Amino acid sequence: MLWINTTSYVIDMETKEIVLPGEKIAKKEGKRVGRGAYFENDDVFASVLGIPRISENEIMVIPLSGIYTPRIGDKVVGIIESVEISGWTVDINSPYTAFLPLSEGVSGFVDTARADLSRFFDKDDIIFCKISKVTKNKTVQVSMRVIGARKLYSGIIIKITPTKVPRLIGRGGSMITLIKDRTNCEITIGQNGIVWIRGENKAKAIEAILTIEKESHTVGLTEKIEKMLGVEIKTKSDSDEEV
Amino acid sequence: MKKSDEKLIINGKRIDGRRLDELRPIKMSVGVITRADGSADVSSGDTHALASAYGPRALFPRHLQESETGILRCRYNMAPFSVDDRKSPGPDRRSIELSKVIRLALEPTLMLEDYSKATVDVFIEIIQADGSTRVTGINAASIALADAGVPMKDLVAACSVGKIDGKLIVDLCGKEDNSSEADLAFAMMPSKEYVTLLQMDGTVSNEELIELLDMAVNNCKRIYEIQKKVLKEKYKIEEE
Repeated sequence: MLWINTTSYVIDMETKEIVLPGEKIAKKEGKRVGRGAYFENDDVFASVLGIPRISENEIMVIPLSGIYTPRIGDKVVGIIESVEISGWTVDINSPYTAFLPLSEGVSGFVDTARADLSRFFDKDDIIFCKISKVTKNKTVQVSMRVIGARKLYSGIIIKITPTKVPRLIGRGGSMITLIKDRTNCEITIGQNGIVWIRGENKAKAIEAILTIEKESHTVGLTEKIEKMLGVEIKTKSDSDEEV
Repeated sequence: MKKSDEKLIINGKRIDGRRLDELRPIKMSVGVITRADGSADVSSGDTHALASAYGPRALFPRHLQESETGILRCRYNMAPFSVDDRKSPGPDRRSIELSKVIRLALEPTLMLEDYSKATVDVFIEIIQADGSTRVTGINAASIALADAGVPMKDLVAACSVGKIDGKLIVDLCGKEDNSSEADLAFAMMPSKEYVTLLQMDGTVSNEELIELLDMAVNNCKRIYEIQKKVLKEKYKIEEE
């Protein structure tokens, strides 16, 4: 299942302008100042290296590098770090570890006095979950009780720069669908830059993903990846695809 | 430090043939340490600094954490082979002080309010030292931080100015540094025109100080242009 965050963005390759921290982008003129930007008096400046986006009511900068900062609603791939008494701590590839409470992890009643929680998720298990809560002092909570959230069995994970996730997904999921189709792999991308891959041709898929990460700023990348992956591999059965 | 009788300025030219207000040739590259979140390699003449930036990342031990903001940690270190006489490795009084001074020069530009309890780490290694190492280190650290995608108000550009043989000069090399009447390390946020570092050794008159600051500001802006160019070069969208 491919899932695209509504807040995700696809870098528009038509704009070639890059701004650096401290460079003036535009006049504020009553617009909202979004991520990657700040304002002084009526001028809006970039605070990160990226591509400026000026819309009717918002000015922001799409970063080209940087770490993942958890935001409510993001779907991420996490790794269980430890099993606690009433939940799990999850590494989500950000400065802050997330907590998965028991009630958000499994449905139904669990008697914490008797049950060992590692029955559900053990250390080093990989999960696909959603950020459900982020407090001001950065306590992060994740939830498994949302559509699409699941435990990811076997397979391998690779990390890419989180800011390049939208490029890997492509416009309307075009890029990732291409890789999935051509390699017949199951791929799950977290907004946090962790990518989970399972399938026979995973080496090829990884190569493609890393190429996208390395050359994310070039034009005509889809064609290049298409060429790289060659013809579509005939699947044994189409129902084999992920649900 | 011995003061030699050697003339350091002859016919308006300095020992390495530069004019009084001329910077040494500057080379910059970004992203040289691929394992780091951001990195830069800056050399100014024979002074060569390598900086890498990490983070914001989790900060331990916990007593260092700030609940309202992220923090910046800096380490300035000179390689044992960076100078003529082998420098004994490890932090000493000088490098601990410079680490702090560099941290204070970079801190005003960082916007870490959104990264409470986290840290940004900057490591500066001086591979080769020939004067003005702290400002070269700041120039490298500043573009390493921008490369790492850390939110910043502005880049930081730095340069040194000084006085020898009664003349005011820019970008002191090691020899000039050792026999200068005064030397001043200067860092600023160029597009905001905020000064973030101002350190001086020696004596100058009021008028000379004003003139030195003017020279420093002008040259910081020149360095800023190079910093901007090298960063944009790395991230520019290539056409097939």
